[in-house]
Amino acid sequence: MSYVHTGRAASPSMRLRLFPAQGLSDRTLAWLFVGPTILLLLAFNIFPLLWTIRLSFTNYRANRPNAEDVWVGISNYQRVLNDEAIWENMRATAHFLVSSIALQLLLGFALALLLNRRFRSHSFWSTAILLPMMLAPAVVGTFWKYFFEPQYGIFNYIINFFGGPGTFTMLGDTQLSPWAIVLVDTWMWTPYVMLLLLAGLRSIPPYLYEAAEIDRASAWTRFWRITLPMVMPFIILALLFRVIENFKMFDLVDQLTNGGPGSVTELASIKLKREAFEKWRTGYASALAIIMFVSIYGLSLVTVRFLDKVKQR
Amino acid sequence: MKAFPHSPLEPSARAKWFAGIVVIGYAVVSLIPLAWIFMTSLRTPQDAIAYPPMVVIEPSPIGYVNLFTTRSRVGADELASLPPPATWYEALVRDQQMILAGPSRFIDRYSNSLLIGFGSTLLSVVLGTLSAYAFSRFRVPGKDDLLFFILSTRMMPPIAIAIPVYLMFRHVGLNDTHVGLILLYTVVNLSLSVWLLKGFMDEIPREYEEAAMVDGYTRWQAFMKVVLPQAATGIATTAIFCLIFAWNEYAFALLLTSGTAQTSPPFIPTIIGEGGLDWPAMAAGTTLFLLPVLLFTVLLRKHLLRGVTFGAIRK
Repeated sequence: MSYVHTGRAASPSMRLRLFPAQGLSDRTLAWLFVGPTILLLLAFNIFPLLWTIRLSFTNYRANRPNAEDVWVGISNYQRVLNDEAIWENMRATAHFLVSSIALQLLLGFALALLLNRRFRSHSFWSTAILLPMMLAPAVVGTFWKYFFEPQYGIFNYIINFFGGPGTFTMLGDTQLSPWAIVLVDTWMWTPYVMLLLLAGLRSIPPYLYEAAEIDRASAWTRFWRITLPMVMPFIILALLFRVIENFKMFDLVDQLTNGGPGSVTELASIKLKREAFEKWRTGYASALAIIMFVSIYGLSLVTVRFLDKVKQR
Repeated sequence: MKAFPHSPLEPSARAKWFAGIVVIGYAVVSLIPLAWIFMTSLRTPQDAIAYPPMVVIEPSPIGYVNLFTTRSRVGADELASLPPPATWYEALVRDQQMILAGPSRFIDRYSNSLLIGFGSTLLSVVLGTLSAYAFSRFRVPGKDDLLFFILSTRMMPPIAIAIPVYLMFRHVGLNDTHVGLILLYTVVNLSLSVWLLKGFMDEIPREYEEAAMVDGYTRWQAFMKVVLPQAATGIATTAIFCLIFAWNEYAFALLLTSGTAQTSPPFIPTIIGEGGLDWPAMAAGTTLFLLPVLLFTVLLRKHLLRGVTFGAIRK
C-alpha cells in the first residue's frame, strides 16, 4: 500500500526516553544532528535569497565590484513588470510549461495504464523507458542539437523518410523552435510522469474493481469512476513537480537553443542568465529572480491546496 | 480471481499483448537517441556529418582518440621527416596529417566531476542521515516547519541564487574551486537527502534502538550500531541520487567555474575539432559520461520512485 504524503509530516509518537543520564541527552543530540544541515541551508540558501532581495532594490553591477550600489527602491520591479520583452519571456515559459506538461501527462498516463497490465518482461522495459530522465539535461540538449541539424541531422532524415518537406531547420525556425524544446523535454520527462502514475495505479485497492465487476460496470465507467479519481492525487503531484522543475529549467534550453532564434525560446531562466551574467545588470536580474521565485512558490502553494482538496474527497 | 476473466486485475491475453507491443515500441523509439550517440562516438568526423545518415558504420576509435588528446596539424614535409609513430593512436592521428600535442582536458573535467560528485555526496549523506534520524526520532522544536522549509529550498531557481553565491564566492575566494562546488551541491542535495532518509528511518522500528538502550547502549551507540546498519540500503540509494544530481548539474558549474574546477556537463558541449564541433569526440565524451548513470539506473530501479519524489510517495 502506498500513500501520498506532502508538506506536513505526521506528528511523532511519544518519545521514549530510557536512561537519560547516559551520554548526551536526546535534546542535545537532536540539535547536534539537525544543526549543521540548518546552518548550511541558512548560509547557502536563505542568505543568498535575502541578498538577492537586497540587490533587487539597487542598481548594482557585479562586473564592477568596487562600484557603489545605489538604492533605487522598487524601480527594478517596475521596469521588469513594464518590460514588454519580459512578458514575451513569460509567455514563452507558459507555452513551454503548458504544452510539455500536458503532453507528458497524457503520454505518461497512457504508458502507465499499459505497463500496469504486467505483460511478460515488463520490468525490463519499464527500466529501459526510465533512462532518459536520468541523463544530464545540458548534455541531452547538446545532442538533440546534433539530431536537429538541418544538413546532416537524423531527425530531418526520419521526418523526410516519412514524407517530410525536405530540408527544414527545426531550431532556426521561429514557429518550430519552441516545439523542439517541448519535444525534447517530453522525451526526457514522460518516464518520470509514467513512474509516478504507475505508483498511483498500483495503490488502487483491487476490491474496488471487483465490486465494479459485480455491478457489471463498463470499462469506461470503471476508468472514470475508479481509476481516474484514485490516481488524481498522483496526477496533481506529477503536475506540481513538473511545474517547479520546468519553471526553473535552464540547462536543456541553454544548450539546445540558447533562447533563439531571436528570443522565441528565451524562457525566464535564460533571460535571467543573460541579464545577470552577460549584461551584468545585477539589480534588475535580481528583481526578475525574486518575481520568478514568488511565481514558482505561488503556483506550488495553489497546487498543494488543490491536492489536499482532492485527497479529502 | 478467475471469476473475472477480463477485469483490470486480470487483463486478457490480447490486452497484455497489445500493452507489450506499445510499451516496447515506445521504449525502443525513446532509446534511439542514446543508441545514436553511442554509434556517433564510433564514427569518423566525416561519417558523423554524412547525409543521409549512415546507419551501418565501420567502427573507428578516432572519436575517443580525439577526446583524450590534443593535436596539431603539420605540413607534409614535416610529417615525412618524423620518426614512425610509436603507438596505434599516434598512427591514427598521423593519418589525418596531425601530430599529438598532448593530453586533452577531458580527463581533468571527468575527474573534477568524480571528485565534486563524491565529495558533495559524502557530505550531504552524512548530514542528511543525522538530520533524518533526528527528525524521525526526536522531538525537534518546529519540526514540521523545518521539514517544509528544507523542502522549499528545492523551489529556488539555481540561477536566482547564483548571483549572490557568485558574489559570495568571489569575496571569499571560492570561485572556480572544488570546495565551492562541493559545498553548493551538498546544500542543493540536502533537501532530497533529508526527506528521502527520513522516509527510510521511519520504517525502521524504534523498538530496535530501545532494546539496545535497555541493554546499556547510549543513544549514540544505538544509532551507530543498530540504526545505521538497518538504514544501509536507504543510505546507499540516497547517495546514488545525490551523486547523479551532482554529476548532471550544469547551471552552477557553468556560472561559477571556468577552468580548475569545471565539471563535464559544461565542458562536453565545448569540444571543438578541426573545422567546428567534433561530434564523434563529443559523442565519445557523452558515452563515457552516461555510463555511470546507466549503471546506477539499473541498480536503483526499485528505489527510483522514492528518489524522484523525495520520498513523498512511499511504496
